[in-house]
Amino acid sequence: MTDSAWIDAALTSARPQAVGALLRYFRNLDTAEEAFQNACLRALKSWPQNGPPRDPAAWLIMVGRNVAIDEVRRNKRQQPLPEDDQAISDLDDAEDEIAERLDGSHYRDDILRLLFICCHKDLPATQQIALALRIVSGLSVKQIARAFLVSEAAMEQRITRAKARVADAKVAFETPGAIERSERLASVAAMIYLIFNEGYSASGDTAEIRSPLCEEAIRLARLLLRLFQSEPEIMGLTALLLVQHARAAARFDADGQVILLEDQDRGLWNQKLISEGLALIDKAMRHRRSGPYQVQAAIAALHARAEKPEDTDWAQIDLLYGALEVMQPSPVVTLNRAVAVSKVRGAEAALELIEPLAPRLANYFHYFGVRGAFLMQLGRNEEARVAFDRAIALANTTAEAAHIRMHIDRLMRDSQQRSVKAK
Amino acid sequence: MMYAILCYHDEDQVGSWTKEHDADVMQKLLVVQTELARQGRLGPVARLLPTTAATTLRKDDPPLVLDGPYAETKEQLLGFYLVDCKNLDDALDVARDLGKANPGGTYEIRPVAYYNRVGEQS
Repeated sequence: MTDSAWIDAALTSARPQAVGALLRYFRNLDTAEEAFQNACLRALKSWPQNGPPRDPAAWLIMVGRNVAIDEVRRNKRQQPLPEDDQAISDLDDAEDEIAERLDGSHYRDDILRLLFICCHKDLPATQQIALALRIVSGLSVKQIARAFLVSEAAMEQRITRAKARVADAKVAFETPGAIERSERLASVAAMIYLIFNEGYSASGDTAEIRSPLCEEAIRLARLLLRLFQSEPEIMGLTALLLVQHARAAARFDADGQVILLEDQDRGLWNQKLISEGLALIDKAMRHRRSGPYQVQAAIAALHARAEKPEDTDWAQIDLLYGALEVMQPSPVVTLNRAVAVSKVRGAEAALELIEPLAPRLANYFHYFGVRGAFLMQLGRNEEARVAFDRAIALANTTAEAAHIRMHIDRLMRDSQQRSVKAK
Repeated sequence: MMYAILCYHDEDQVGSWTKEHDADVMQKLLVVQTELARQGRLGPVARLLPTTAATTLRKDDPPLVLDGPYAETKEQLLGFYLVDCKNLDDALDVARDLGKANPGGTYEIRPVAYYNRVGEQS
């Protein structure tokens, strides 16, 4: 491995812990980030010569803290201090000492706090995500702007604004109590899911640019799970992201058109990610404390387990969506359940299930797409056509519209064939 | 004699590798493994899923099941090789070759006392 590759990996993986600890010392995000940056610059000078430290995070925290404190002193006394390299020469002893202290419970709450700051409730979702990617993941503004498909200047402004908001907010630095900790954990989990969806909801032509968002969300979810090893919902979240992302290579065709789950080439699904996801679901189930992430992961897993679309256990998926409806009542969940119902009990029953949703989903593309498909299955082609037209009007992307147009073409062909037969 | 080469590394770091870097390392390791297999010396090779997928059973009475790996360590057991080696020096040579392909972390080299290939003639 080249020097730069392992140093990059070491700095990236140490970042959440190091910035989190520095934030606890300085209680100021800018100071903590600056201290971390300075420590990284020194690491780039020192590590290639001296080899990697035993505990990179501890090294970075130590150096970051010392540099920042030196700076304060320098400003106070206005007198020169020893050269940089001298100041950190006896670092090895200090490293052991601080590593010892870090092994305690501190760093878990440090990382959680750092993540939690980014999910401040006054911040709109996009700002939360941008902030987390910048502060916790350490992506450059340029990288984040690219993933969000906006200009670097616009993203810079978005992050600066978000930081200003966060700076004004009061975040407790004491070790959180059990309730506070679990609330923080839930907010952070939701934010990680947002990051993932920002990448996952990409259309075919941008999927590749945006997939780093999915990968970063998975890295953060695994990090969170390492800190909270026995939380079934965090297992569920991680599993959900892994299994969804496993399908990435099969979700779009060469022209960037969406390929529906049942039409995907299952050979392109990433089995390594799926097996990791399934292993986590197995672990989570043992706790018998179900939750929305676990249920969604279990649904994704049932799809992943089916070698062919017709092997899918739709009855079980119907039950799981039923459980999800109770936990998180939402017309969208019911709409998803209706798809399972159509497979188990037919389109008539499914249609009946979604009729009451009409007022709440009057502007929802998928509602009309699904409704049209059910009507088409029942041979009610005129009504199907109306639903599909409405869906096209509501489509968010050209790929969505193109997909519905395919259905309409099929309807037209059907009716032509029928009229041919009639003659 | 069979030697186990147990691979320890900081899994956060390994998890921070880019896809390209990961693939590059796996490719280089494959070259070393292919040569060992050609010589008929390579036993099972495993790369383990992250420790977050691990479960620990403590053999108390009754046994206690815990989430996560056995030990909280700075470097985690991420995989292993079983290789037939003449002696320790030979095993160290193999470990050095693997280490060149995948620097960083630590290998523990442990002679294997008993190696059970179920269903095969010993």
